[in-house]
Amino acid sequence: MPALAWLGIVFVYPLGRLLSASLFTPTLSLASYARLLGSSIYLTVFVNTFEIGATVTMLALALGYPLAFVLATAGPRVSRLMLAAVIVPLWTSVLVRTYAWMVLLGRRGLVNEGLQSWGLLDAPLPLLYNRLGVTIGMVHVLLPFMVLPIYSVMKGIDTDLLKAAQNLGANRRQAFLRVYVPLSLSGLATGSLLVFVSALGFFVTPALLGGRRDMMIAMLIDNQISQLLDWGLGSALAVVLFAITAGLLLAVQRFTRAERLWARIP
Amino acid sequence: MTSRARALRLEAAGPLGRRHPLLIVFAIATLTFLVAPLAVVLPISFSAAKYLTFPPPGWSLQWYARYFGSREWMSATARSFEVAVLTTAAATAVGTAAALALRQPFRGRSLVRLIVLAPLVVPAIIVAIAIYGLYAQWKLVGTLSGLVLAHTVLALPFVVVIVSATLQGIDETLELAAQNLGANRWHTFRLVTLPLIRPGVVSAALLAFITSFDEVVVAIFVSGTQAATLPKQMWDGIRTEIDPTVAAVSTLLIGVTTLALGLLALVRR
Repeated sequence: MPALAWLGIVFVYPLGRLLSASLFTPTLSLASYARLLGSSIYLTVFVNTFEIGATVTMLALALGYPLAFVLATAGPRVSRLMLAAVIVPLWTSVLVRTYAWMVLLGRRGLVNEGLQSWGLLDAPLPLLYNRLGVTIGMVHVLLPFMVLPIYSVMKGIDTDLLKAAQNLGANRRQAFLRVYVPLSLSGLATGSLLVFVSALGFFVTPALLGGRRDMMIAMLIDNQISQLLDWGLGSALAVVLFAITAGLLLAVQRFTRAERLWARIP
Repeated sequence: MTSRARALRLEAAGPLGRRHPLLIVFAIATLTFLVAPLAVVLPISFSAAKYLTFPPPGWSLQWYARYFGSREWMSATARSFEVAVLTTAAATAVGTAAALALRQPFRGRSLVRLIVLAPLVVPAIIVAIAIYGLYAQWKLVGTLSGLVLAHTVLALPFVVVIVSATLQGIDETLELAAQNLGANRWHTFRLVTLPLIRPGVVSAALLAFITSFDEVVVAIFVSGTQAATLPKQMWDGIRTEIDPTVAAVSTLLIGVTTLALGLLALVRR
């Protein structure tokens, strides 16, 4: 029970205070929320966040599904090595990984210098401080959350089912598309949800790699609280973000799966 | 490769046929995408250039010299280790107790589970400003205990998840046997349960350590200006100017993480 007391004081209670700050600034009213809805700037931030979240999720899926497939079907030694290449970045500080992308994508970074020295480019490409930089950085940070759930579901797929499908006359492609892919859908759903939900609340990566026009909700919250000291609006934003996150997770009821996933990640 | 491994591999590839070579290339490219950025930081940290450029024009230890010679960086490093060690101790003890408590059914268990695991999915920025708001009132901003309290909240779910998974794998009749033989609950835990779940507890402790040591968002708000942790100091450094001192620090952080994960792999074996 000390855990509960601890969380109660340092987690639940502060969250409750946020809710009350969003409602009672200065007196009980929905004024903060009205301001939130009333301004097109804040709306733009929400649209940005959802656009970036959706793009990142789709890209992570496009990269992660094939990788998970190769991981799940590789020999044990190869797959252990590949898994390490997914897990070490996962546990490396987000800040370090974001910084690495600043090094790679900057005007004098590896990518631009490389392309220029091969004569493919005359002037450096703007890869940083825009939507592209944020997207690349976030896909990198979140990709393991896509790969690992898909991998763990694929690991459990009984390949005899595919043999059976082929015995019944399906060719390899049909067996893969009609049997294997549907069986892996639960991993795909868990991964996509984890990536999307995490992307919505992302702070460090968009703050460092993004430009002014790519502001996401978390950056706006930071801006309101630490620059403008506007606890009313900042809290209202946090409450909305929290509601979206919790709503998505509860709606899909994958919370327990996500939890099991974390037990396997290390 | 042993013949057994080859057989396993063929077996795995069997029903789907050989995997398309393009698929393998794609997977390797994706893995490179994951690992390459971490690898790039290493040469940058040994660069002889005065600014950030790649490839480095020459090699030197200047950024490490600057890091080890800087009072701010050194105190941030010490602070990070302090916070991480205390967080690890607190989160491991409290989390293991919570995992044991959650093993037995009781009223409201699923709600308690939900609250314990919630920090995994609640966006860090929300946790950060919520705790910041509270600490501003309680005058805990910039204090060691404040940071440890906050980091423990973030590390607890990992401990609970891992220790719970380990507890599921042990034979409860051993504990019952101990109690039948006259051991009280503490002795049963100390002499039977704990030795059985030790690998899980050690893994959990290592992850708690990494969680705290690498944590940045809560630290940005809660650690204040005087008592910055290493990631907070990096954050400030990156925001003002991207000098390669940060690359040297990053290399050290990657080293610490890899070391902890390596230990974890050993424990799990």
